[in-house]
Amino acid sequence: MTNWNVILNIAKTHLLTKIKQTATAALGVTFGIGAYITLVCFMTGLNAMLDDLILNQTPHIHIYNEIEPSEKQPISLYANIEDSFNVVHSIKPKLTQKKIHNALPIIKYLEEKEAVRGALPQVKTQIFYIAGSIELGGNITGINPVDEARLFNMGDYIVEGSAEALQNTDNGILLGIGIAKKMSLKVGDRVQVSPINGGIFPLKIVGLYQSGIADLDAIQSFTNIKTIQRILGKAKNYITDINIKLYDIEQAIPLSKKIEQQFNLTAIDIKTANAQFETGTTIRNLITYAVSITLLIVAGFGIYNILNMLIYEKMNDIAILKATGFSGKDVQLIFMSQAMIIGFVGGVLGLLVGFGLVSIIDTIPFKTEALPTVETYPINLNPLFFIIGFSFAMLSTFLAGYLPSKKAKKIDPVKIIRGQ
Amino acid sequence: MSIVLEAKHINKYFKKPVLFHVLKDINFQIKKGEFVSIMGKSGCGKSTLLYILSTMDTDYEGELLLNNQLITNQSRDHLSYIRNKHIGFVFQFHYLLSEFSVLENVMLPAKKLAEKSHQEIEHDAFEKLKMLNIEHLAKKRASRVSGGEKQRIAIARALINNPLIIMGDEPTGNLDSYNAENVFNIFKQLSDEQGLSLLVVTHDEDFANKTDRIIQMADGNILT
Repeated sequence: MTNWNVILNIAKTHLLTKIKQTATAALGVTFGIGAYITLVCFMTGLNAMLDDLILNQTPHIHIYNEIEPSEKQPISLYANIEDSFNVVHSIKPKLTQKKIHNALPIIKYLEEKEAVRGALPQVKTQIFYIAGSIELGGNITGINPVDEARLFNMGDYIVEGSAEALQNTDNGILLGIGIAKKMSLKVGDRVQVSPINGGIFPLKIVGLYQSGIADLDAIQSFTNIKTIQRILGKAKNYITDINIKLYDIEQAIPLSKKIEQQFNLTAIDIKTANAQFETGTTIRNLITYAVSITLLIVAGFGIYNILNMLIYEKMNDIAILKATGFSGKDVQLIFMSQAMIIGFVGGVLGLLVGFGLVSIIDTIPFKTEALPTVETYPINLNPLFFIIGFSFAMLSTFLAGYLPSKKAKKIDPVKIIRGQ
Repeated sequence: MSIVLEAKHINKYFKKPVLFHVLKDINFQIKKGEFVSIMGKSGCGKSTLLYILSTMDTDYEGELLLNNQLITNQSRDHLSYIRNKHIGFVFQFHYLLSEFSVLENVMLPAKKLAEKSHQEIEHDAFEKLKMLNIEHLAKKRASRVSGGEKQRIAIARALINNPLIIMGDEPTGNLDSYNAENVFNIFKQLSDEQGLSLLVVTHDEDFANKTDRIIQMADGNILT
């Protein structure tokens, strides 16, 4: 039978009469947890921002026609030399059309699938931007701007103008900011573009695009899918790429495999395309947790040390408690509850300190050319981190309190009382 | 008269540093209301015997009965309960919890026992302090009172759960003659008026001579 009132009362008195030591131990936990919250919120905020930078505008599945050599060369189809050994030199890629065959029915089919949030057609092509006698090489992509803004956050990367303006303007162009700078163009100006097969088309600049990746911004522009089909002189069913956004990113791999089989196209899922980002995220998380756990272990040793000292100081008290009828378990609980109180108070304070620091960081301006949408340092305020932090505080103080309290439990009162 | 405490064939060995037979076949009884003192030279085993009787030392051979119930080989938790409810202690050094008030020190064993409400315990504690003429110290910190007062507080604490027996290990050993006299009178009064059994280890011959019975010990044996 445990009498918690008495035990907690004794623990409280011990802690309050040694308020300086208690405060030191609790502050250790506070700093550990505070640093953990700050670190993890800041680091995952940065992670999310970096991921968004690439992943947000990356389709979950990207479907296109890959230019590649045929896997089966004609000679292997010839039955007469089936069992013999053949060598084919200088294999050339197979001549295929760039456009996806039957693209519009495929899109319709994909959009009807339950897992698919949207499938958007794109037309990608090389182009020259013409400024007087200078021709700048670049890419232009024909898109459905409003749908792109809806599914792939295109709007975040349009620094001037809007996706709607592009949608509504015939012969409009969303010019990469690097090109605009090179050619001293601004919104409302006209730029002449020339496709590879000749001809010059003047397009009106309705907006500027900045992805944050300078190399890309120096070549990439966007226009309406109809406009690009007209420039290239192609029919309305000329689609080179299909981008799919799913509800659940985990479906990307199975679905892409199925599409490859079903339509004989290349389908790249987001995980394969951006494997290096996953690695970066994992390693950053690893560092965050390694540092936080180190801090908490240091705090844990602080508590261990202070409780150990306390138990040596309180030998007489322990002996008298045991002599007057407190069991070893009661004594252990007294010291355990002291550790847990330190952990609780330190942990809660740590959460508050962490929250305060994170709130401050969240207001510090952070402007960079590369990230047009970011105004202040990114912070990821996930309640889960607070739960983890608090659990960690309780766990580490529990472990730090367990060993000294176990020692207190085993103290033989006779030895102490007779020893004096 | 009923028997409160009975020791049957108690043997005790110290194993370190060398095997040493401390207590040799100890047999005795303490009756209700009896005031018994144990005397003997240093090292004769009287304190060792007391701590075996107190249930704190469980490493012995033989049988120990409290209120005619066998308490040898009981679990440690149960022994703690027995100490809490039936045995009161007074030591040579006062062993109060120095950070608690006098009243809290006295109340602690009763709070642990948890048979009464907080108000009842507080009332009882005041009664005990009043009986020992130290109720004016109730709110003081235990570290702020004098040695004689501390010993009386320790007696009050020993009495709080109305035990069957009070055990003392040289309770007057650290006190001047005035306070020693005082403590003896309190013990005597408890024994006479409340029928409490007392077992006190002492060096003080004057003290021992005034008790009902003296158990003389030498070399691990009881002489008388």
